[in-house]
Amino acid sequence: MLKEEVPQDQGIADGLKEVTYAVNGNGDYVMVPSAGWEPKNISNYQAWEVIAEQIETARCQVLNNEVSPLAYHMARNQMDIGLLAQYMGIMRWRVKRHLKPQIFKKLNSNMLNRYASLLKVTEEQLQDISLVEKLRIPGQDQE
Amino acid sequence: MKIDYTHHQSAHCENGATAGLISHYGVEMSEAMTFGIGAGLFFGYIPFIRLNHLPLTTFRVAAGSIFKRVTKELGIKIETRKFRDQQLAMDILDETIAKGIPVGLQTGAWWLPYFPDAYRFHFNMHNLVVFGKKGDSYLISDPVFPEPVICRADDLRKARFAKGALAPKGKMYCLSEVPAQVDLPNAIKNGIRTVTKAMLKYPLPIIGISGIRFLAKRLERWPAKLGEDNALLHLGQLIRMQEEIGTGGAGFRFIYAAFLQEAATHLNDDRFIAFSARMTSIGDRWRELAVRAARNCKGRAGTEDSFPAMAKILMDIAAQEEELYRDLAGAVVE
Repeated sequence: MLKEEVPQDQGIADGLKEVTYAVNGNGDYVMVPSAGWEPKNISNYQAWEVIAEQIETARCQVLNNEVSPLAYHMARNQMDIGLLAQYMGIMRWRVKRHLKPQIFKKLNSNMLNRYASLLKVTEEQLQDISLVEKLRIPGQDQE
Repeated sequence: MKIDYTHHQSAHCENGATAGLISHYGVEMSEAMTFGIGAGLFFGYIPFIRLNHLPLTTFRVAAGSIFKRVTKELGIKIETRKFRDQQLAMDILDETIAKGIPVGLQTGAWWLPYFPDAYRFHFNMHNLVVFGKKGDSYLISDPVFPEPVICRADDLRKARFAKGALAPKGKMYCLSEVPAQVDLPNAIKNGIRTVTKAMLKYPLPIIGISGIRFLAKRLERWPAKLGEDNALLHLGQLIRMQEEIGTGGAGFRFIYAAFLQEAATHLNDDRFIAFSARMTSIGDRWRELAVRAARNCKGRAGTEDSFPAMAKILMDIAAQEEELYRDLAGAVVE
């Protein structure tokens, strides 16, 4: 890749320039900042769309009262039951139980507080997902 | 307090942290040189390890191995430590930087507040160097950022104790003894030998050159085997692993080409300039593959972007890389 060919396609990187290696006019390697590259943007948006889909699925399930709001927060934080259980320092089966709406409603404030601080939301947001901001896909404008 | 540490932005975090620490002790080390001596170049298509339910493709060796190899090759003594006790981990960090020793840390990117959203994944192999503390915040040279950054103690503690796959467990590392003179030519040759051996002779069909061919055959069958949508997700994952932040472009092939160019000077051997140029054109082929794959993902694929056409590019890359590694191996025997 020649220095002049280093792509500067704004997108997923949200303004952060990363270093790429390219060859200058004398044939020497130099480090050149790049704002991004279209194929990379495309493949990253593809991954973000999958995440956004998972969050949306969880949101609908919460609204239908099929799962507890915790499921939504879990998706939004790109976690699965195993990872969430590790961070909470509790067994997986307990997290699984907390994903049931009727059990989640009865959680004590200590447990709610631990979930909330881990997931970086308030206790109110933890219980009412309509208070949570919509996920922003990096580099794309909000509608 | 602040250690007089020079921050350089680099393409890859582990190279950058390693090069920065070594340079701090007076041995000038570029990122490319670190990558080359550390024998970082690799290929593996590992369908049974899944990332987001998609197979793992790697263009570099396992994390941590570059640091280990470079320091060993150059005769640098290192100290590494993992912790159970989070408070102890932070106290020892404070003590070490108070002595004027910059400290490398393995962290989970998810918890670093200065990361842009795009890079906030549960990725636990992010390396950075702490070189000072001001009040409750640490001064950090994060190799993939253009300038040094600041991170609150509590956030850094969380990042050091991120959970999940390859959890860092508070890992910290620093250099304890750096020789005044290092034997670069020898280290360079050893680094090249390790890479050529892994790429040509690794006894598993999913690693090295045979791994590239294996991927080519698999990729050709993806649409039939997985269905159109899933095949595109597999393609997307391949581009991401190849061009992800930290590869310097083309799955580390360009960084390695830069290393070969530097090697030409240190070994006083012009053949390496030609090797470097060949690696550059191999990198360009990888980028071409990414362009075609992305066109598929975007639904704009022409006939020249078909899966068999992409498999053919991979086969061509495998042939070119194989020849290059054979020539490289020949150039470093003695």
